[in-house]
Amino acid sequence: MQKRVVSLWFERLPSERVLRARPVDAPFALTHHQKNADRIYCLNPEAERAGLHRGMGFSDARAFCRDLQSRPADINADAQFLHMLARWSKRYCPWVGLEGRDGLVLTIAGSAHLFGGEEALLDDMRLRLARSGIGARIGLGDTRGAAWAMAHYGPGGICTQTDLTALPIAALRLDEKTLTGLQRLGIRTIADIIALPRATITRRFGRDVLLRLDQALGDQSEDISPLSEDPHYGVRMTLPEPIGLTGDVMAGTERLLTSLCAKLKINEKGARILLLVLRRVDQGNQQVELRLAQPLRDAARILPLFERGVDNVDAGFGIDQMRLVATQVENLPTQQMNHISGQKEGKLDDLITRIGVRIGLENVQRFLPADSHIPERSFIVSPAAYSRPEGAWITMQPRPLRLFPPEAITAHGPHPPARFHWRRMPLTTGRATGPERIAPEWWIVDDNWRSGVRDYWKVDTKEGQRLWLFYTPQSPNWYVQGEFA
Amino acid sequence: MRISEDWQASQINPVGLSAYLDPQYLLTSKVKNQDEGLAVMEESLRSGAVSLAVIELTKPLSFTAGRRLQLAAETGCSTGLCIIPEGMGNNAAESRWRCSPLFDPQDSTLQRWEIIKNKSGTLRAWDVRWDAETRRVIVV
Repeated sequence: MQKRVVSLWFERLPSERVLRARPVDAPFALTHHQKNADRIYCLNPEAERAGLHRGMGFSDARAFCRDLQSRPADINADAQFLHMLARWSKRYCPWVGLEGRDGLVLTIAGSAHLFGGEEALLDDMRLRLARSGIGARIGLGDTRGAAWAMAHYGPGGICTQTDLTALPIAALRLDEKTLTGLQRLGIRTIADIIALPRATITRRFGRDVLLRLDQALGDQSEDISPLSEDPHYGVRMTLPEPIGLTGDVMAGTERLLTSLCAKLKINEKGARILLLVLRRVDQGNQQVELRLAQPLRDAARILPLFERGVDNVDAGFGIDQMRLVATQVENLPTQQMNHISGQKEGKLDDLITRIGVRIGLENVQRFLPADSHIPERSFIVSPAAYSRPEGAWITMQPRPLRLFPPEAITAHGPHPPARFHWRRMPLTTGRATGPERIAPEWWIVDDNWRSGVRDYWKVDTKEGQRLWLFYTPQSPNWYVQGEFA
Repeated sequence: MRISEDWQASQINPVGLSAYLDPQYLLTSKVKNQDEGLAVMEESLRSGAVSLAVIELTKPLSFTAGRRLQLAAETGCSTGLCIIPEGMGNNAAESRWRCSPLFDPQDSTLQRWEIIKNKSGTLRAWDVRWDAETRRVIVV
């Protein structure tokens, strides 16, 4: 089947995207910081009539045109907008690819008749784009190259062989250097290049020129890679009669979960964050968010975790639409079941999820060992839902069971005092073990260790308390930092 | 599982704990107030996924809350431990212990464990020490 390709070129995509939200009836330009200066990135036709052009320094542009309005460019948002346009253009054909940063390419062979022929399809496209305030130049040809040439350098519309040969050589998507070289030889149009002997072109300009020419004429094939579409993990249900009982909502949720989990299973994914949106009769939305302690796709396990959230929903006059979306998914490959993989692990994860719903998932924590000899930094506290227990805990010296911020006590000299007061308790030293000198880590700035090295002593008091004291010889002072069991 | 309120500055040092228990089996949760902590405690006791849940209380425990914790522990077949400030115990408690360190010239793990409330027996006191080799408590 003959290939038919449409190439769309959105000449002023960035500025039109901004102007769609905030129309301006004056010269307007987007600026972008390039080559050490703010330069014009994209501009509207009024600004172009005022004599401005792309790549011009922004300060120069303002001098030329006093009433120029400007905004900084947002390249990521532009790329997103182009993806949106690509999704929109799937109404014409399923095969849509991106063409650089400001174009789309569509293969419409086999779908043009649905719109009443190619001319009608192009008209429909133009009309809809113009209505939404996006100026596009559209070319249609047998090849991607021909369509591109027609959109960028031709008048637009359907491209025939004679149209193509009359276009300038720049329409062949060549680099700047080759173009200049060809123009110096007096070659202006594609027809001129076709007239030249092929061997001489390759010798003089490399293979690229002929490749592009063949691609435009259709002698060499060129692929269009369509954008992949991410699977959408969302299901919804519309109810004929509004519901309000917790049991009914849970039953609805169960149905939604079953179909969502089936979808997750096909793609070997597990949900991490689930969002249940309940739309009420009065158009109000109630949301229940569930953050799971581990990726899951087992409906029977997820459902009881929703209970608490659903209980808190205010049903008002009733709920008539339910939507369940997995807003964050993670890979969850299927695993071999065996006799060791028991229920215990799952029970703990469910418990973490349940507690997380109440106090926030990040507040359930576990300790991981860290590589530091500073007592406060010898461990990391990390959320239990996002870490696995690991690592070995090695202790060379006895360490206290409880650590607190250093509390000053009154004492003098480098040896532990015989008597001291701590938390208003008079204490008598029975035995002191030490000192153990710990130096601050100079590669980390830590205000608590400004006082320099510390000599740690373990002091067993006659009253019973076993405390961890330290002395700072560089600014003489005594502190209590921990308590042993 | 250890439950404590988030304003408390002192924290468990896992490196020190590793002499008694591998810290990888320990989960901690930070809660905003005591009610939240009690809810978390009840949830974890009931699920039976953790064998011991410890909560640090700063306010007296009400009868209802204490009874709920008891029922939850029975359902989940797990042990719950409330660390309470002196004199803030609940009358409904089955047993209450006081655990205080003792000075010992030879060893530094001697402790006195007193049972100061016992609904089903008499009150007693034991002096115990930690045996590092066998990793268990021995009665002196």
